[in-house]
Amino acid sequence: MKKNKKTLSPRQLYLRKIKLDKSKILIIQIAVLVAFVGLWELSTAVGWVDSFFVSSPSRIVRTFADLWKQDIMKHIGITLLECVLGFLISTVVGVIVAILLWWSETFRRVAEPYLVVLNALPKIALGPVIIIWAGANMNAIIMMTFLICIIVTVMSVLNGFMSCDKGKIFLLESMGATKFQILTKLILPYSVPNFISVLKINVGLSWVGTIMGEYLVSGAGLGYLIIYGGQVFKLDLVMASTVILCLLAALMYFSVCLCEKLIARKRRTSK
Amino acid sequence: MDMLSIKNVSLCYQTPEGETDALKNVSLDVKQGEFVSLVGPSGCGKTTILSLTAGLIRPTEGQIFVDGKRVDGKTGCDVGYMLQRDQLFEWRTIRDNVMLGLEIQKKKTAENVEYAENLLIKYGLKDFFKHYPGELSGGMRQRVALIRTLAFRPKILLLDEPFSALDFQTRLSVCDDVYAIIRQEKKTAVLVTHDISEAVSMSDRVVVLSPRPASVKNIFTIDINAPTPLKRREDPGFSVWFDKIWTEVCV
Repeated sequence: MKKNKKTLSPRQLYLRKIKLDKSKILIIQIAVLVAFVGLWELSTAVGWVDSFFVSSPSRIVRTFADLWKQDIMKHIGITLLECVLGFLISTVVGVIVAILLWWSETFRRVAEPYLVVLNALPKIALGPVIIIWAGANMNAIIMMTFLICIIVTVMSVLNGFMSCDKGKIFLLESMGATKFQILTKLILPYSVPNFISVLKINVGLSWVGTIMGEYLVSGAGLGYLIIYGGQVFKLDLVMASTVILCLLAALMYFSVCLCEKLIARKRRTSK
Repeated sequence: MDMLSIKNVSLCYQTPEGETDALKNVSLDVKQGEFVSLVGPSGCGKTTILSLTAGLIRPTEGQIFVDGKRVDGKTGCDVGYMLQRDQLFEWRTIRDNVMLGLEIQKKKTAENVEYAENLLIKYGLKDFFKHYPGELSGGMRQRVALIRTLAFRPKILLLDEPFSALDFQTRLSVCDDVYAIIRQEKKTAVLVTHDISEAVSMSDRVVVLSPRPASVKNIFTIDINAPTPLKRREDPGFSVWFDKIWTEVCV
């Protein structure tokens, strides 16, 4: 055993340490989750807390199984659709608006105070207006998601555009570049990493918007299930829906991460 | 034939604080194939002269001619600008970085692409076509930046302190490098620098500018006979010229 250890080079030892550290973190992460779920289950089973108020992991699983037999996929589908649509629309519109603001300094300066105020405004306050304008349906929820994401998207994307090195712009101008060329050859490719981080923020925000929208108006969806569960005091339903929501949000976040990796690889290997 | 001719150019900036005279009655002629340096106290408007030549700003008075053509608005293809930092695009390969000017000027013909690729091959970057700027050393990056400027065959090269971001060791060798390439390609070059030794080691003529508003104070024709900037630095005449110009800048 001792001899075996001596044959490892410092490099191998170093690599092994990295590997060990990595698995250590993963083990602790899993342990935290298991302990949390276990303690929750235990405390309700022993009767330290009432599972009527806090539900319990086993009851959540049972509820989930029941929901599965009913129409949970419909609720998941609706919420996911609202969220993804809101996310996509706000991203596309946000980038277009950011490009327009970058293009025209006048527009940028005029819009600045409006953006600041709109950013500070709690969008939930617009709830009644949204319902009246969009109707008490899915459109209202998508609109809520859109409103929550759009301002942050515009501001962050524009910030990314404006942070581009002036020297590079100067270089292109000295070559005789038009504004459109500066945009396509420099500003857009330069902003890709920033754009990805905006997408990551937007994933979180669009879930906030969707669930908030569903709290306001909805006949179906996970937000609806949560609200409904709360009103009829079915904490199992509330908790089960929340767990599903967690999983979906994580799934969407990791899809963005996957896109990031694909783009990074494409940038490295293309041409 | 004068490749660049600046005739009685004055420039006055407008800022919210007031008017600033940057240049006053500057005249300068640069011959085809000549290497001219502009030195002067910092903030005297050396870079402004380059921006005017590139047509990025317009003079308040006077005229500028590049190869007999009056500069009016962006010159684009006639003038190649090389900046302090190499400003390579990190997301483009070395080859694609070099093609930038051709793309912008919509001159990406097979012939021009081949010319640019040959420049890369000729100056030792053959194996780096598909590499990214992040994988190159500072000196090599600056060489790529120069080739990017040469790729669209400008008539004049404008060098705005192109070596000042490099450490001293690298600076000397990149200086030799850039000098050799510019000479070999028989380009006309105007170098702006605050480093008098750099100016003396590279130029045919050194133009000393006065403090703001800048005007031409004196022009020195450097007669050191040595093949490279490094060799010039070793020449006994080097320190004589250095002292002369140093005194002229400071007085």
